[in-house]
Amino acid sequence: MPLTVALWSVAVLLSIAFLAMMGSRLRAASVTVYAACLATSLVNLISAALYLLNDSAALSARLPIGLPWIGANFRIDALAALFLVVINLGSAAASLFALGYGRHETAPARVLPFYSAFLAGMNLVILAGDAFVFLVSWEFMSLASWALVMAHHHDEDNRRAGYIYIMMASFGTLALLLAFGLLAGPTGNYLFSSITGAQQPEWLHGLVLILVLLGAGSKAGLVPLHVWLPLAHPAAPSHVSALMSGVMTKVAVYAFVRIVFDLMGSPAWWWSMIVLAIGALTSVLGVLSAMLQRDLKRLLAYSTIENIGVVFLGLGLALAFEAAGMTAAAALAFTAALLHAFNHSLFKSLLFFGAGAILTATSERDIEKLGGLIQPMPQTAFLFLGGCLAISALPPLNGFVSEWLLFQSVLTSPELPQWSLKLMVPAVGAMLALSAALAAACFVRAFSIAFLGRPRSTAARTAAETDIYSRTAMGMLLAFCLLVGILPGPVIDVMAPVVEQLVGRAMPIQGHDAWFSIVPVAESRSSYNGLLVFVFIFLSTLLAIQIIHRFASRSLRRGPAWDCGFPDPRPITQYTADSFAQPVRRVFSAVFDARERVDMPAPGDARPARLEVSWRDYVWETMYAPISLAVQLAAEKLNRLQFLTIRKYLSLVFAALVILLLVISIWT
Amino acid sequence: MDLIAALAIQGLQMALVLALAPLLLGFTRKVKARLLRRRGPSIFQPYRDLLRLIRKEVVLAENASWLFRSGPYMIFAATWVAAALVPTFATGLHFSWTADLIAITALIGTARFFLALLGMDVGTSFGGIGASREMMFATLAEPAMIMITFTVALVAGSTQLSAIAQFMLTSSSLRVSLGLALAALIIVALAENARIPVDNPATHLELTMVHEAMLLEYSGRHLAVLEFAAALKLLLYISLIGCIFLPWGLAQPGDGVALYAVGLVTYVGKLALGGFLLVLIETSIAKMRVFRVPDFLGIALMLGLLGTLLRFVSRSF
Repeated sequence: MPLTVALWSVAVLLSIAFLAMMGSRLRAASVTVYAACLATSLVNLISAALYLLNDSAALSARLPIGLPWIGANFRIDALAALFLVVINLGSAAASLFALGYGRHETAPARVLPFYSAFLAGMNLVILAGDAFVFLVSWEFMSLASWALVMAHHHDEDNRRAGYIYIMMASFGTLALLLAFGLLAGPTGNYLFSSITGAQQPEWLHGLVLILVLLGAGSKAGLVPLHVWLPLAHPAAPSHVSALMSGVMTKVAVYAFVRIVFDLMGSPAWWWSMIVLAIGALTSVLGVLSAMLQRDLKRLLAYSTIENIGVVFLGLGLALAFEAAGMTAAAALAFTAALLHAFNHSLFKSLLFFGAGAILTATSERDIEKLGGLIQPMPQTAFLFLGGCLAISALPPLNGFVSEWLLFQSVLTSPELPQWSLKLMVPAVGAMLALSAALAAACFVRAFSIAFLGRPRSTAARTAAETDIYSRTAMGMLLAFCLLVGILPGPVIDVMAPVVEQLVGRAMPIQGHDAWFSIVPVAESRSSYNGLLVFVFIFLSTLLAIQIIHRFASRSLRRGPAWDCGFPDPRPITQYTADSFAQPVRRVFSAVFDARERVDMPAPGDARPARLEVSWRDYVWETMYAPISLAVQLAAEKLNRLQFLTIRKYLSLVFAALVILLLVISIWT
Repeated sequence: MDLIAALAIQGLQMALVLALAPLLLGFTRKVKARLLRRRGPSIFQPYRDLLRLIRKEVVLAENASWLFRSGPYMIFAATWVAAALVPTFATGLHFSWTADLIAITALIGTARFFLALLGMDVGTSFGGIGASREMMFATLAEPAMIMITFTVALVAGSTQLSAIAQFMLTSSSLRVSLGLALAALIIVALAENARIPVDNPATHLELTMVHEAMLLEYSGRHLAVLEFAAALKLLLYISLIGCIFLPWGLAQPGDGVALYAVGLVTYVGKLALGGFLLVLIETSIAKMRVFRVPDFLGIALMLGLLGTLLRFVSRSF
């Protein structure tokens, strides 16, 4: 039943895409498409959620499409259902948001068909039951999102983003193709169910892990494969950015989990070293880069990289525990990673919607040109603030719960047998704490420069509150953030079948606990109760307000700002985003080689003094620039091959044939 | 009956931290003045200051938002809840399992998040300088605090403060990693409470100020609430150090009234000792330049990491 519903909804989404292509010129096209996508996502969401809550026994189906004799295999199990919930919750919210936001779209014909095709693609990846369907859906998803990135192709930057994105996406698919090729082995069995049981040597599984890290990791945005992400995600329309950042990266996490935890079975301990190192590096570099951005959407994209790093860090811990046979600890770390992935899909979509609302209200993405938006857009400001609190891992919201679980699983790791892991895990824990603290600094900066202070431009001064659909979508996501934050126990219990399926054991059932507190290992060891923390904060706030208003003077006067007696009314004198980042930039200057240069004119010289700030992107300089240079050189040299005579071509073909035959004869 | 007693003790703790926080501040100011050979104000002066501020009119900047007016209460509530969750005179309080040390750290983080936002609200450069530096300190102080938590939790086998205090009471051996954690915790506490050498609580109108710069636009009852929250935070950190490293005298669940009274008296003694040592540190060293603070906090982070690493390497450290 859930598989049928999911497949039908994919079919519906594809037909919406087709119809949208036909009728995108109609005035009602935008509203119709988004409403239809919203309804389809909701149906799919409810069916997947019910399946996850009830039995979640694996179901499979074979459709007579695709390759002849093989057909297309589809499958749903607990893991797939969980990610279907993540995807369809995200796409329902995005479609609701787009009911209002989509009206401002200048080129709906370039967005509408691809939007619903993109949703269909993401669902299909999760539903795939064999490698062929998986790869085709993966590529379909990539291409649909690429088309959305290129929606506003008149902008030079967007074209560059699209180019880099499609390069990286093709590279990722290639890596996954090779990974599945290795897994299928010489018998060529591409069915997931038969890969799972196959016995294969350890070195081969190690190779597959590397390939999956390259393939799924490039889509998820792991350092150093992240370069396309902060270019491509912001280039798309905001609701699509929310989907790409909040949801598509989760599809990549799904691919990693499916292949590494499900298809490959028992991990080797050194896998976790690689995953942990990459995860920790990704989380810190991602958030440090986010701290330096002025473009709000790019800042959010970098913060996605950070959160993906945190998720992979949890997955790495789970791998280490699983390899050591510590299933309870593995279940804890794995649950934390899954919960963080879910949480991130909630608050990142919320924040991108907020960025979209700002974009609609001011046509501005540069936070240096915003400011004071809390006055004209108080509700958006409140919702965005909620998202900032959640992503900064602050209680009582949801981001804190998953980070807390991760810290708890770090604390179970001294029992790991390997010395290298024992030395590595504390450092990884420190990196995790560092990235959480930096995220708070980053989002104080983002919120306060955009929403607080005085408007820095006319656009910010004349902004108006966003439409009701957008606010509803954001409010819904914030409500989910709060709900998961104060009642994490039931959510963890819902994930239990998934965890049990993949690491062999689930976390203890949390639902029985009084007051919904979560107890990962034992009550004497640690517990956290989001509900009570929330209630306490709420009650003490009320109490404080009551007491103050009962006994304090009620009088209030408005006046000019004090500012130590020298207020300057010009908004330009405010702290800017760059100046807010300056202390952090200076402390972590070694990471970016950040430099500040003051150009102070001599006395009598009339030109203005200048402060120049520069930093370098080492990843791009050391990895991508040489590669692109090499490709360019090779292309220039090989260009000559295009202008040969027929005779020369024929002799080339002949030579190639002979050499290949020789190679084969020597090989066997 | 048990439940009522448990709730009463919990309520007593919430009221106690509230009642003692200004007193602790007054005490430190008095001791500091005496060490500087001044007479100093009465130790009850902070109560009078708070009352005076409460009675005063609020002068609000023209463009101050709703966040500016509601933020102080949020900060106060988060700090109060955090302070009430640290065992002060008794362990195993009724709601002590609500949040562990990591959650308490994060609650302080919530308060700081709002404080930095409030500093930015009016859009003055002093607020910005304070907020950006506070967040920079926090990026190092918070990981250091988490590392301290790890060290202590790995020694005691729990992140719950009540369980940690119980363990410390029963275990007699001295451990290297705990020494490192104590040193790191003192550094973090100095930075978090804006004390010398990181920030100067007595300063006004200086470019180096951090905490005061964020409060610059506040007046009247809002300022009173924020000052109170700062006092609570100081009390919280001294209680925390006392609870983990000097757990003696803490009453246990099921103890008689007399033992609770002993717990109360020793708690006040611990606060006085903590306040005295704080002032001793403050009067004997000078304030640092702002960009030396990251090095100072980096020491705390490294000490915490070293403590954790030692515990990962061997159980005997």
